[in-house]
Amino acid sequence: MERNTYRGGPDAEGRFGLFGGRYVAETLMPLILEVERAWRAAQRDPAFEAELRYYLEHYVGRPSPLYFAERLTAHLGGAKIYFKRDELNHTGAHKINNTVGQILLARRMGKTRIIAETGAGQHGVATATVCALFDLPCVVYMGETDIARQAPNVFRMKLLGAEVVPVTSGSRTLKDAMNETLRDWVANVDDTFYVIGTVAGPHPYPAMVRDFQSVIGNEVREQILAAEGRLPDTLVACIGGGSNAMGLFHPFLDDAGIDIHAVEAAGEGIDTERHAASLTAGSPGVLHGNRTYLLQDGDGQIQEAHSISAGLDYPGVGPEHAWLHDVGRVRYVSVSDEEALEAFQLCSRLEGILPALEPSHALAHVARIAGDLPPDHLLVMNMCGRGDKDVFTVADALGVKL
Amino acid sequence: MTGGRERIARRFAALAGEGRSAFVPFVTAGDPDRETSSAILAHLPALGADLIELGMPFSDPMADGPSIQAAGERALRAGQTMADTLAMASAFREGDTDTPLVLMGYFNPIHRYGAEAFVSDAKEAGVDGLIVVDLPPEEDEELRVPAEAAGLALIRLVAPTTDDARLRRILADCAGFVYYVSVTGITGTKSAMTRDVAAGLARVRKATDLPVAVGFGVRNAGQASEIAGFADAVVVGSAIVQRIESTLVDGRAGSGTIPGVEALIRELAGGVRNRRAPEAGGAGG
Ligand SMILES: Cc1ncc(COP(=O)(O)O)c(C=O)c1O
Repeated sequence: MERNTYRGGPDAEGRFGLFGGRYVAETLMPLILEVERAWRAAQRDPAFEAELRYYLEHYVGRPSPLYFAERLTAHLGGAKIYFKRDELNHTGAHKINNTVGQILLARRMGKTRIIAETGAGQHGVATATVCALFDLPCVVYMGETDIARQAPNVFRMKLLGAEVVPVTSGSRTLKDAMNETLRDWVANVDDTFYVIGTVAGPHPYPAMVRDFQSVIGNEVREQILAAEGRLPDTLVACIGGGSNAMGLFHPFLDDAGIDIHAVEAAGEGIDTERHAASLTAGSPGVLHGNRTYLLQDGDGQIQEAHSISAGLDYPGVGPEHAWLHDVGRVRYVSVSDEEALEAFQLCSRLEGILPALEPSHALAHVARIAGDLPPDHLLVMNMCGRGDKDVFTVADALGVKL
Repeated sequence: MTGGRERIARRFAALAGEGRSAFVPFVTAGDPDRETSSAILAHLPALGADLIELGMPFSDPMADGPSIQAAGERALRAGQTMADTLAMASAFREGDTDTPLVLMGYFNPIHRYGAEAFVSDAKEAGVDGLIVVDLPPEEDEELRVPAEAAGLALIRLVAPTTDDARLRRILADCAGFVYYVSVTGITGTKSAMTRDVAAGLARVRKATDLPVAVGFGVRNAGQASEIAGFADAVVVGSAIVQRIESTLVDGRAGSGTIPGVEALIRELAGGVRNRRAPEAGGAGG
């Protein structure tokens, strides 16, 4: 990796420093090497770029606005807060930036069947949506626990024609759904493409998903220059696997003056066993094809993650984040269920935007720091999803019967 | 030193002398509890096991089907740790110095233990080889280098999807034997098609003198016998742990568990032993 940049990774083996790599069974190795070759070729092909841009603009609705959150700014009394409005994307989250990219790639490779894992259901919905668009059969694996708490998204996927397969092994959440999707892929190597929903998995997925999501940060760069004539001072995003955060951060990693904060889910507290803060409270290990920080016990068994937000409920984190953490370029902090719920309500009332519970974590961190910053401090937060999917969870947490 | 790679080589050479394949049962360490599992392990050689694969349970076994997943969950629920697994190996070795014992599993528990400490403790316990499903050649150096130094075989896997260029790379640093994954799939879900396996195996044989074991899709004695006709070793796992599962009473070992497993092992071993390999295999087999 080049010394003078934070944007040079991964290396040829898929490493970001010590992290990343390709820890998969031999049966899958030839497939992920094929995905890598196809992706590299697509990147050099202007026709692919044009096709991607076409669907992002006309189908997803990009660019998403960069919105000055005036009332929130006034309320917090400090930094000037902007939201990157990726919750306005078709399907309501940033996830679709990546699924459009990967499914266009799958089509290019001649694959005829799409599989995906999902936690909150946003990635599943985004995948099912693009599969409907391109008339591809779609199977989405989802943990039973998540199926119960994200019922609207389960129904949405079914309406879109996807098959939703409940996963009953392990903790029955996102990590188990990912195991099950990998198992499907091993058994269907000829016709199937695995659309991974975050910057995790074996190389080239962490880099490929990051690149598809970098449209977020690239747009922010142009938009903030247009609005303010300069780059932002601070960037904030939540991390489950870390794709919306990488998408926002990556174009700015080499702008030395910019503070970058990523927000993990502290669940019921970092000092309890019920959280999802792999970087704040985990240790290095190997899971789902890459080396990264994980929640694990002393014997290397993966522990269950806990967060009120299904999309952050993952015991690992993308390997590039693990590296950015170790080299100190990004600051990793955490926010509890309770703080996220408060931020959810604050944003709903002040801005008329119901944020998803995932970016509510980012918002809670913004609320924590903004008041201490001067009014000319430009802060950009990734509003990576809308909260419609979460209204039942929030009502339940607030003791309201719907 | 007489253990490690050498014990594996000795066993394959002896079987070549007898003109037959090895029967290799797989059991998960600590399934359904440590005591029952230790008893089963200790009896395996007398029941016809020529080599043994002992699974190290892992919470996220992405290459395994429901049977071996469930076996791992039972073991972990019963409290099995890596230290327990190594202690089981050690106890086994006290009673048997001839049967090669290979640990099979995933990298994270080894990584957590520390690759070098793990190799050294496994060696000390009388383990002869390691199979780590999620360590392709691209990633196995940090385990292979200490294993080679300690005389342990790091056994690599070849899949039906492996092309010739990868095959050469895999075989270049493979030790002990080659593990041919007989199906494109996870353990215990698809049945190996004898003709496809034979063709795949012929491709591997052309590229190596190491013995070749076949596993992942061998379900019963009849199939084990067919595959023994051309493989140097036949691995059966899911069928055995399914037998453990079906003999449990309220989730615990019942009076039928050990006898039930033993009857199956005998039957499977019989299938392999009755079949004389029609052609000489690799150097060892
Ligand atoms: C709205 C939203 N934000 C964030 C995430 C977390 O994923 P990532 O960290 O990859 O952005 C999810 C995952 O489902 C999500 O739906």
